[in-house]
Parts: sequence; structure tokens; C-alpha cells
Amino acid sequence: MNGANAICPALAIGLEIAHAPHGFSKDRPILAYTIRRLAILFLSLLIAAVVLFLLLRLLPGDPANALLGVGATEQQIAAARAQVGSDQPIWLQFLGFIGNLARFDLGTSFVSRASVLDEIGNRLSVTLPLTLLGFALALVIAIPLGVIAAVHSARWYGAAISVISQLGIAIPVFWVGILLVTLFAINLRLLPSGGFPLKGWANRGEAVTAMILPVITISLVMAASLLRYVRAATLDVLGSDYIRTARALGASFPEALIRHGLRNGAVPVVSILGIELASTFLGAVVIERVFSLPGLGSMLLLAIQQRDYPNVQGVLFVSTLLVLLIGFAADLLQRLIDPRLRERVATS
Amino acid sequence: MTTVDQIAPPKRRRFVSLTLWVGLALVTLHIITGLLTLVWTPYDPAGMTGGRLEAPSLLHWAGTDRLGRDFLTQIMIGSRIALIVGTGAVAIGAVIGVTLGLLAAFASKLLDDALAATLDILIAFPTLLIAMLVVAAADTANLGSAIFALGIALSAIVARLTRILTKRVLLMDYITAARTSGTSWLGVVFRHILPNIWPTLSVSFALQFGLAVIAEASLSYLGLGAPPPNASWGRLLQEAQGTVYTAPIGAIAPGLALVSLVIGINLLADGLRDTIDPTRRAR
Repeated sequence: MNGANAICPALAIGLEIAHAPHGFSKDRPILAYTIRRLAILFLSLLIAAVVLFLLLRLLPGDPANALLGVGATEQQIAAARAQVGSDQPIWLQFLGFIGNLARFDLGTSFVSRASVLDEIGNRLSVTLPLTLLGFALALVIAIPLGVIAAVHSARWYGAAISVISQLGIAIPVFWVGILLVTLFAINLRLLPSGGFPLKGWANRGEAVTAMILPVITISLVMAASLLRYVRAATLDVLGSDYIRTARALGASFPEALIRHGLRNGAVPVVSILGIELASTFLGAVVIERVFSLPGLGSMLLLAIQQRDYPNVQGVLFVSTLLVLLIGFAADLLQRLIDPRLRERVATS
Repeated sequence: MTTVDQIAPPKRRRFVSLTLWVGLALVTLHIITGLLTLVWTPYDPAGMTGGRLEAPSLLHWAGTDRLGRDFLTQIMIGSRIALIVGTGAVAIGAVIGVTLGLLAAFASKLLDDALAATLDILIAFPTLLIAMLVVAAADTANLGSAIFALGIALSAIVARLTRILTKRVLLMDYITAARTSGTSWLGVVFRHILPNIWPTLSVSFALQFGLAVIAEASLSYLGLGAPPPNASWGRLLQEAQGTVYTAPIGAIAPGLALVSLVIGINLLADGLRDTIDPTRRAR
């Protein structure tokens, strides 16, 4: 416990509350869990920052090279190193790095001289809607189809849904994108094959049409993997005693399924929603390339090509932060839905 | 008169082996193709053996690319690349992951908790983004760095699984018996733990093989892979996307090859799991 205290006070407090035998954690299990989970979130961020720092220092060449031309003189190199900070000892660089992150100061781009945070904000206005809309559409597709596949697993369409979802998890998201572009943009000429209006969302009509194909692409692939969980959860519910009891007490089948099955079946599904949302976000990064969308993914690719370290670092940090926040929210939601899990936390 | 031996096995069994056989057939097809490209390809992979972007014909079954190179040859080489990536990444992930998982399971409570928490954190990392960075860090795009990055990413998943499985085996009476009869911890690991957890691990390895192939194809598609003529399917798809109107086959064939390998390996994993774990057959 002392070790944890030194590394992260919040974690120590969280552990103490969660392990306290009496009082607090028993009365307010959700609060205790939230504090503990929050501590883990901060610790994760710290580890992420360390990994990020080390990875970036492993990149070949001095970050200062990005500022210099081919025939730079000794003085120019020294000046560039001083400006970037790569002439300082590594532990000082690390402290500076952590300090900047804590103040959410992500620096300015080597190439464009623009604030990294502002640029990320601009890019997120493309990536976030893409991720969230794609995820929402995936849920709309996966939940009814998954339930149908489970309830009618003996019928041909039930089996067909399962087989198609098996196919879906073996297909890379970018290939689905290429196929949809080929069909809808090039052969049918219904939708744009890519690009985003320069004015962004101010040009609403064009921005919305630019989003249609990418959102459909992501949702199809995500729906395939979500569907398998929904189907498995529904199968568990169908075989359960409480559904049989409800039916015996006179509830109709849909009534029993909705009143008793939904909440029970939702627990395992919610537990993977976090992971699925995070992978939707990562899928968006690849999809942006297929449709030439100016999102976070294309910003990272460009920054890597240009060796624009502040941009690379900023995008990776914000992405990791988002993924970790999603996991945090999913875990909390799961506790809120299922009282049994709450009890388990309180007594462990 | 029928004897006990003559009674037909339950029908489900046949379905299980169908999954296994289809999976095995698809994977074998890719292995043969991959090995074949080491000694023979229809055309010289780098040679301009036809016109640019030719449609499929008897001479070029999948047409030619924008430089007039035979496309089937490149897709066949893609099989080899995919197999190398999958095998390499899973091997790295297995060696690191199993070692870490065993260590965590055997370690003191505090160390075990710390390792388990670290693994959970690592699994939450945006793997693809980190892999992009590692691959880009190598000055010349090469397969090695992609395999390494993906292997490290997989090792966290393997370690978590190994830890849970090992802890379950450690509770068994035969472990206590082995220990009291003087078997060393290392002996316990090799004689009792690994043979017991291997079936479940191997299924997970098969699934991760598929994940690694898709992830590497995504990296290559983003331009972070080796260039043709020794390119992965992801790179072929990226190059073909620009010429999809004149030569749609280029945007379809490498994708089909990739999907057939990943489905094959997934079916193989499903078949293995059902053979190993009879309770799952009922589903």
C-alpha cells in the first residue's frame, strides 16, 4: 500500500475506501467504486504518458531535425535543439512533458506553428460525429438482429444472420469502405467518394452527405461484432429459469423477454460496449483515409510523415485519453445496471 | 443386431468437424500458396509482363496492376506475407504473454495485483495507433517492425488469459500432490500447467492470428507497410483504390484473399474449441 501511496495518492485512497471493512463502502458502493475506478483511470493515464514519452524518444533522429534544412550549420542545430528541448537531460524532458500534459498544454506544431490542441479540436469535429453516429447505427442494426438470430436460431434467417456476422468480423473495415465507395460513389454516382467541405459543418448539407458512406461503413462492421454478443446474451436469457417462471405465471413470450430478459441480457452486452466503442473510434482513424476525411487519423498520419512530434504526441495522448474515458464510463454504467456487481465490489 | 460400437455418433459432431475441415482447408490453401511463392510464381513479381491495368484474362487471371505487373502473383505473395505476419506476431505475443502470465500467477499477491492491473491498462491502449508509431519509427518501412508492434500488443491479451487459466489449475489437488512429492515449480509448469492450459491458449492464438493479419493489412493500407512487389494485401488494396473505376478487380481480389484466410483461421479456432470443450457443442 505504501508503494501505491507514493506512486499515486488517488489510487491509494481508492483502494483504501474499496477495502474498508465497514461504513462508507457498504453504504455507498457505487461511490466507492467510482473513486477506485477514477484512481485506476489516472494511473492508466500516467502509464500511457510514460509509454508515449519513451516511444517518441525511441524514434530515430533528433526531434530538432524536423525544424532544420539539409545543410544546417552547427549553430542552427544547437539552436533548434534548445528550442525543442532535446539538449536537456532525459529526466528533465520527462518532467516537462508530464507538467505540460497536466496543464493540457500540448504545444505547437513544428510544421504549421498552430496550437496542437486547437488543431485536435478541429479534427475531432469530424472524428467524433463519425464515431458516435457509426456506433449508434451499429447498435440500431445489431440489437434487433441479434435478438432475432437468438430467438429464431432454428429458422433459416436466424442461422443466416449468424453466418453473416461471422463474415463481418473477418472483414477489415477499410475494405468494406472501398467496396461501398466503388458501388455507391463510382458505379451508382449517388454519394461523394470522399472529401469534406473546407468550411466544415458550416456547410451543413455537404458535410452530412460526406458523412453518410463513412458512417454506414463503420456501423456495418461494428454491427457484425456487436451482434454476436447480443445473440449470445439473448440465448443465455432464453435458457434462464426466470423466463420460464414468468411464462408459467402467465406472461406472454415478448412480455417475459422485455420485462425480465432485457435488463439481465443487457449486462454482458454493456460490459463490451466500451471496448466496441473504442474500436469504433480506432476504425474511424482508418476509415478517414478511405474517404479522405480531415479527422484525427489523417492528422496523425500526416504528422508521422512530417516527423511533427508535437502533433504525433498530442493526437496519441488525446486518443488514449478518449479510449480510457470510454472504458471508465462503460464500467460505471455496468455497475448502475446490475446491482449484483455493486454488491460484489462492496464486499471484495 | 447392433452392438454399442455400431450406434451412430450424435449428429452434432459431424457439424463440428465440418467447421474444422472448412477452416483447415482454407488455411492449408493459403499455406501451400505461400510456400509455393518461395520457389515459383506465375510471373516475375517485379516484371512488367503485360499492359497497364489489364482486365482478367487467360494470361493474367487477376489482371495487371498500374505498372503492368501480374496481379495474381502479388496476391499469392500476399498469402506468404500474411502468414509470416500472423505467425510472427502470435509467436512474439505467446512467448512474452505466457511468461508474464505464469509469473503473475505464481507471484505474491501484491506483485500479481500490480501485474494484473498493468495488463488491464495495456489492453485498453489504442493498439493500432501505437503500432502506427512504431512502424513509422523504423526509417524504412519493413515487416519486422509491424510484426514486433503487433506481437507486443497481443502479448497483453495472452498474459491476461494465461494468468487466469494458470490460477485455476493451481487450485487443483494434483498440483499439491506434485509439490508434496517433490516436483520443482518449473517441473509443475511444464508437466502440469502448460499441458492443461494449452488447448484454451491455442484457440486464442488462432483468433489472434486473424486479428494480427487484419491489423497489419490496415497498417499497410495506411501506407505504413512494405511496398510492392512484396506487399501485403492491405497495400495492394490501397494502390488499387485509385484505379478502381478502370480495374475494379484490384480492389476486390486481395480483399477476398484476406477474408478467406481470416475466416479459415476463425473457423479452425471454433472447430478446435468445440472439439476441446464438449459443453460448447450444445450451442
